[in-house]
Amino acid sequence: MRRGRWSVESLVLVLLLGWMVLYPILSVVGEAADGAALGAFFSRPSDRAALWASIWVSLASVALAAAIGVPLAFLFERFEFPGRKTLGSLVALPVVLPPLIGVIAFLFLYGEAGFAARLVRLVLGLEGPPWRLQGAGAILLVHAYSMYVYFYLFTRAGLARLDTSMLEAAESLGEGRWGTLRRVTLPLVRPALAGAALLTFMTALGSFSAPYVLGGGFRVMPTQIYASKLNGELGVAMVETVALALLALAGLWVLRRFEGEDILVALGKGTAPRRRELRSPGARAGAAVAGWGFAALLLLPHLTLLLVSFVPFGTWTTEALPPVLGLDNYRLLATEPERLRPLVNSLWMAGASTAGAVALALVAGWIVVRQRAALRRAIEWLVALPWALPGTVFAIALATAFSRPPLVLVATLWILPLAYLARGLPLTGRALLAGYRQLDPAHEEAAASLGAGWWETLRRVTVPQLRPAIAAGASLAFVAGLGDFVTSVVLYTFETRPISIEILSALRLNEIGVAAAFGVVLMVVSAVVLALGVRR
Amino acid sequence: MTGFLELEALTKRFGDVTAADGVSLSIPRGEILALLGPSGSGKTTLLRLLAGFETPDAGRVVVGGEDVTALPPARRRFGMVFQHYALFPHLDVGENVAFGLRGSGERGAVEDKVAQTLGLVDLGGHERRRVHELSGGQQQRVALARALAPEPRVLLLDEPLSNLDPSLRERTRRELRAVIQRVGITTIFVTHEQEEAFDLGDRIALLSTGRLTQVGTADELYERPASLFAATFVGRANVLRGPTARAFGGQNGQVVVVRPEALRFATTGVAGVVRERRYTGAWALYLVEAEGGERLEVLAGPDAARVGDGVHIVAERVLRFPDSVA
Repeated sequence: MRRGRWSVESLVLVLLLGWMVLYPILSVVGEAADGAALGAFFSRPSDRAALWASIWVSLASVALAAAIGVPLAFLFERFEFPGRKTLGSLVALPVVLPPLIGVIAFLFLYGEAGFAARLVRLVLGLEGPPWRLQGAGAILLVHAYSMYVYFYLFTRAGLARLDTSMLEAAESLGEGRWGTLRRVTLPLVRPALAGAALLTFMTALGSFSAPYVLGGGFRVMPTQIYASKLNGELGVAMVETVALALLALAGLWVLRRFEGEDILVALGKGTAPRRRELRSPGARAGAAVAGWGFAALLLLPHLTLLLVSFVPFGTWTTEALPPVLGLDNYRLLATEPERLRPLVNSLWMAGASTAGAVALALVAGWIVVRQRAALRRAIEWLVALPWALPGTVFAIALATAFSRPPLVLVATLWILPLAYLARGLPLTGRALLAGYRQLDPAHEEAAASLGAGWWETLRRVTVPQLRPAIAAGASLAFVAGLGDFVTSVVLYTFETRPISIEILSALRLNEIGVAAAFGVVLMVVSAVVLALGVRR
Repeated sequence: MTGFLELEALTKRFGDVTAADGVSLSIPRGEILALLGPSGSGKTTLLRLLAGFETPDAGRVVVGGEDVTALPPARRRFGMVFQHYALFPHLDVGENVAFGLRGSGERGAVEDKVAQTLGLVDLGGHERRRVHELSGGQQQRVALARALAPEPRVLLLDEPLSNLDPSLRERTRRELRAVIQRVGITTIFVTHEQEEAFDLGDRIALLSTGRLTQVGTADELYERPASLFAATFVGRANVLRGPTARAFGGQNGQVVVVRPEALRFATTGVAGVVRERRYTGAWALYLVEAEGGERLEVLAGPDAARVGDGVHIVAERVLRFPDSVA
């Protein structure tokens, strides 16, 4: 291998990424290195409790998500039963719910004033609400619902790539079904499982919406940091931020070690195992009923959101089902400029940040893969870093770094797009780096030998071939920005308030219909964008 | 003699490896030159230096009197056919061929040129086909048409036939040669297969570890190899040292090379035993173990000997080289 060369472009890119990603983090670390704040952090029992809560809630989320997602993946990948295809794609539905929307949907559905509670009260004739959706259990419920999808998708992809002949080889060597599963299938999908575990752990650790809305007195690190900041204990907030960042990096490091080499890639493509037809009518009916029942359970939050969005303000009090339905909330949204504002804000900020994240990822991919620049490791690392850090950490970092000279961006129009861009960068970066690696460099050389300059080659050969990667990365980044709550809640101003913030203030005013309508809009736009962008 | 395309002392190093070491070549207009050599001999690097994908550390590339060494690939007007063709998967056949015709006239003119070039490679009417629907041989011809369409000054081919089934290669080779000759374009192609180089090239440039070993026609290379490497890389050869070499007229410090067809069974000469017989139809190749223990390949009639026979061998023509090993 040749050693990388130095280029002006790569140096400029490293400086730019460093300024966007590393400089904010270092600013926080600088602020946290303060004797008094450190002392306060280590002496407060609440901080120790929050740190511990973050760890165990994240691990429990991984366990729950795996317990649901892995068996589901086996069911849909290995067995044939009526409705398998439709159900198989329905099962991935929780991904189209941005975190905050998932939380409020759960609130409407299972909260103390939600449909389920009202139904139970009605049936049992209770005076008060039968339960409260609060605390660690509530958080875990939401996490399990929204995060099992990672295990489901990763495991299915891993199973689909298994070569039938390997399973047949195990059987011909005398292994039964369970032996084959234990000795061949599971070891081969281990990288997929480890990848899903990593993703779930990092998502759960950074999760803010669920603990914020449902936590009550139960605090995890992200909400603890936010509370410290609101209380004006900035020094402690800095220390807490660094602690959470270190926790995330430690989790990343530990889980990466379990991941191992992806040996399926090395072995090349095989034919996917054939699905076993469920023969007995009982098993078929059972699988179908269980499948449809499960899908209905998964769809309930979406349907709840939709239903609540049709409830006009103040019309639903004690009834089990809302007595009045109408389009009033959507009319409000469309006609009142102040209601429309957050929608427009979110759209333009997510759009602009996505365009920026795609452009940066294009340049990064070219420098890392094609130019093989000396700084390529640094670039890959900087592009991925925002993913490894919980959203709260990144938000606090940006708030710290850009609230002081030389460049004050906090409280301007630019801070949220910048935050979304940095958070979207790992998504576009990963997609485009993979895309670039799959491109045959001979295509670009062929274009050059036919007289195309670099711009023409980029426009006519590289970008068209990268289009699937660009679409996938851009749609993920756009949806993430559109639904963002965790960074917005730290950095928004009244002028730039995004949808998520508006939903929360609507909830505070008890305008549940308006909140749900915003949620539906967000959900539909996310679903459409993802359906267009992430095709297989 | 000054050729149409001149390579002047081209040198290219990658770290410690010298992939091209002062290579000079002069290629007249319209010639088909084969760059032949084992893998790692620098032949692909040389081709990429010509195309402009690599910049030489020293030396010049001159075409038609114009120094193009510093010119980027896009401005060289050298057509290239890539080893795996590098057809653009997002474009159809016609769009691939039209790729290099941008800004070269009206839309109709471009379409005419595409049709004409596709006709040249016997793919007329395939404009709207997707490239992945084509067979390997057809893809190769599309790649050729795409390279030829902008009417380049020089055509470069990187292992043009290596991606095809062996059964298809010989026919494709002839078609390729016919197309190149019809166009009359100066052509350089890289190959590691001697048969391909002999069949397709007017002349052959033999490369070894970045150096040009010999340039000449197929006959010259085969009959009068300039070095031991040339003698052994081109064609079958028995490389002999020791008693058998001396028996065939070699002196101390010399290595003797004899082609299998230059050996003959006789009643006197080097004694040995036939160990293997490989029948190829009109001829058979006999593997003979000489008394000194050396093994010789002898080409003779299919009934000349049987396995286990004791035979005597004489050499009709031998090549002698100084032995670099000794």
